[in-house]
Amino acid sequence: MRYLPHTDEEIAAMLESMGAERLEDLFAAIPEACRPDDPPDIPGPLTEWDLRAHMDQASGRMGVGAPYGAYLGGGRYDHYIPAFIPALLSRSEFTTAYTPYQAEISQGTLQGIYEFQTLISRFLGMEVANASLYDGASALAEGLLMAHRITRGKRVALSGVIHPHYRQVVRSYLRPAGVEMTELPWQADGRTDLDGLNQMDDLAGVAIQSPNFFGCIEDLKLISAICSEKEALLVTCFTEPLAYGLFTSPGSQGAHVACGEGQSLGIPMGYGGPGLGLFTTRRGYVRQMPGRLVGKTSDTQGKQGFVLTLATREQHIRREKATSNICTNSSLCALNAAMYMAALGGPGIRELAQLNHDKAAYLKAGLREIGCSIPFDAPTFNEFVVAFPGAGEEVYGRLLEKRVVAGLPLAPYAPDLKGHYLMCVTETKSKSDIDQLIAQVGETV
Amino acid sequence: MTQKPSAFGMIQEERLLWEKGKAGRCAFSMPQRDVERAEMDSALMGDIPDLPELSEVDLVRHYTRLSQWNFGVDTGMYPLGSCTMKYNPKLHDRCAGLPGFAGAHPLLPVQWAQGVLQLMFRLERLLVAITGMDAVSLQPAAGAQGELVGMLMMQAYHRDRGENRTAILVPDTAHGTNPASATLCGFKPVGVKSNAAGILTPQAVAGVMDEQTAGIMVTNPNTLGFFEEHIQEICHIVHQKGGLVYCDGANLNAVMGVVDMAKSGVDVLHLNLHKTFSSPHGGGGPGAGPVCVKQTLEPFLPIPRIIKEKGQYDLSEKYPRSVGRIHAFYGNVGVMIRAYAYILSMGAQGLNRASRMAVLNANYIKEQLKAYFHLPYDRPCMHECVFSDQYQRPRKVTTLDMAKRLMDYGFHPPTVYFPLVVNGAIMVEPTETESKEELDHFIAACQAIAKEAETDPDLLLKAPHQLKLRRLDETLAARKPCLTG
Repeated sequence: MRYLPHTDEEIAAMLESMGAERLEDLFAAIPEACRPDDPPDIPGPLTEWDLRAHMDQASGRMGVGAPYGAYLGGGRYDHYIPAFIPALLSRSEFTTAYTPYQAEISQGTLQGIYEFQTLISRFLGMEVANASLYDGASALAEGLLMAHRITRGKRVALSGVIHPHYRQVVRSYLRPAGVEMTELPWQADGRTDLDGLNQMDDLAGVAIQSPNFFGCIEDLKLISAICSEKEALLVTCFTEPLAYGLFTSPGSQGAHVACGEGQSLGIPMGYGGPGLGLFTTRRGYVRQMPGRLVGKTSDTQGKQGFVLTLATREQHIRREKATSNICTNSSLCALNAAMYMAALGGPGIRELAQLNHDKAAYLKAGLREIGCSIPFDAPTFNEFVVAFPGAGEEVYGRLLEKRVVAGLPLAPYAPDLKGHYLMCVTETKSKSDIDQLIAQVGETV
Repeated sequence: MTQKPSAFGMIQEERLLWEKGKAGRCAFSMPQRDVERAEMDSALMGDIPDLPELSEVDLVRHYTRLSQWNFGVDTGMYPLGSCTMKYNPKLHDRCAGLPGFAGAHPLLPVQWAQGVLQLMFRLERLLVAITGMDAVSLQPAAGAQGELVGMLMMQAYHRDRGENRTAILVPDTAHGTNPASATLCGFKPVGVKSNAAGILTPQAVAGVMDEQTAGIMVTNPNTLGFFEEHIQEICHIVHQKGGLVYCDGANLNAVMGVVDMAKSGVDVLHLNLHKTFSSPHGGGGPGAGPVCVKQTLEPFLPIPRIIKEKGQYDLSEKYPRSVGRIHAFYGNVGVMIRAYAYILSMGAQGLNRASRMAVLNANYIKEQLKAYFHLPYDRPCMHECVFSDQYQRPRKVTTLDMAKRLMDYGFHPPTVYFPLVVNGAIMVEPTETESKEELDHFIAACQAIAKEAETDPDLLLKAPHQLKLRRLDETLAARKPCLTG
């Protein structure tokens, strides 16, 4: 076995040195009744070459890459990733290190995460960021739990146009804490209907996604004003952070927490994971934050360095009084996102975001021209909802036969939206791809 | 501000990202603009984000230099107890990066995702075979999220039976995340003390188990590195009072093919694919913490579940008693692919041999070092052993000082000050992928440090000496937090 270095002679010498006769002696504490009847039924061992062939075959069975085409967003986004990023990220000093508890031997990870915390705070217009959480959905749940800890409010209001999976995760996390959850419906323009907030009291937080699940940009400033009146925290989330390369940041609109998914920042879609839970807030809430934080300090010679800090919030120190149970997070993905943000720079991320916006607008206009309806007229970024003419399912089905996924069917999430599809266009789609899609939809109508 | 160029041997100094670069640089190849600029409401438009502007060369040098300040398993032995820092095979990284997997959108129609769904379905069955449990959810993104799911399932099980149990037993030898995970779920953790041999006794559990208690969270093998020999009797006691047994399987690396978790009485178990199944830790994540259950708990597993019908794989949410969803999609698939590849490349015999070698290595270290460091529980261990700084304390040398000094000898320190049940704990887990000569080097370094503690304690108090930085001031960092630049 190529990963196991022990020779028979070495095993014998080691056993002898500890006065044991057989390897089995070391397992004497395990009762016979706890042992398996048979060895586990597992194929293999496979040689490297057979394993490669097996995995290549599984990968080849996926409908990914030409001739397949997908106009899918809804929580994961297909963006170009510069080749130097995976090359740097795969340096094994980064990949094969553990959590940087021992700072002096982990300065690479620590400086990298400190830089990540800085760039993501600047990007979202917030004051502090943690070192990452698992994904956007658990980040939103943690944001609402933090709002509950800070305000002691018993209830949270959740926009009904937050990604449906995120709402499911929030329910799983908040139910045991005894926090009441109320969902706000959406209004005709595709944005959250805020009227219901007037009747609610004892609010810990209001959760809003922007761009929302329909791709619409929410009026965070307005919601922030309502939150101040209600003394509730504004917890904003997102599945497509690239939008903030173009649109006003959550921080500048009064968000107390801005959290969500960072996959768009240079991380492959990878069938949904790993992703990157982003979590940012205001400085005053730092001791209530979930997750790890990297801070600047100096060594005994006065040289600048970085350490994990404010660990008294965390599970390994604070035990049952911790702000969260999170330990392992998405550190490598955070490093990945920092590399990506630094690769683009401020003007670059603006240009890329603008391009996403413009290409989606081009598709939206093209579909409207051939008779599709665009039910929501709130402004959008790189996603929007379309209703194909006639029986929408037929159009979608015929395109699928041509190996094109014409958006995400919305009926499973909202029965009212039968025949409606969430379309996404990123910089990876050329004008001619989009023209072809419009033509194909036109042919089937 | 100019900074004078400097380097420590081959270790380069490197400024922060925003202290480098120049306005006008960009490391991204911007796609051609082939559509016109679309109009938008200027009130919605934000400022250009304040991000540094750098070239590709700037960034490649930056991160290469940073990486050289890091120590990974590929650099050397990383004996962090309960973290299982074994070698991470390169082939498995290649598998996870295959275009069909890395490029797959999670909301693809399932008929286009059969390759990855089949792999995930098979991984569930492999984990069933390894643990003896009945069903698996791969969804939890890390061990602590697996614990949370386990607790949510326990709660759902009791509520389903019309009971509202409020307490949970957590032994002093359980993993650190356990109490926080239980609390997140609304349970009040109740401590259980281990005995003089470092394990739980049935009497101690019987003394605190009652009908208000949802169950027990056992780490087995526990964080002292011992197998809970009375596990079956303990499970029986908990079951008799209507409770359930949760096992933290972070230490499964000791017992693959050796223990059948279901036969030992466990109802729900989480695994860490980034420990036992060799996916890299990534400097703190991502990991994966699948949850394995017995049949009685299967209806409560998170949704969606991966199912197979008429030869096709599908994702199903039709489980009304499920605890719900806990990840935006299906968990950390990239980590699952690596674990699947690992299991197939090892086979049943290979996994069993890995456990046997892991236990052999830990016992070898324990025997070679027990004359130099206090060994609070002097008996055969499983995959890890726990020393303390008791012999060195009279010289004012602590566990932390010795840990820092070990870096000067080219090793990552062990886990320190955990488990809490040992004062000044030094928890060593060598894993099976370290050879005898590597262990001998480590042992020699530890012995040398024990001697230095006698002859030159100051050397240890001021360690490390050979790294880019000397000892860092953690108190200063916490007193005046500076979290962004």
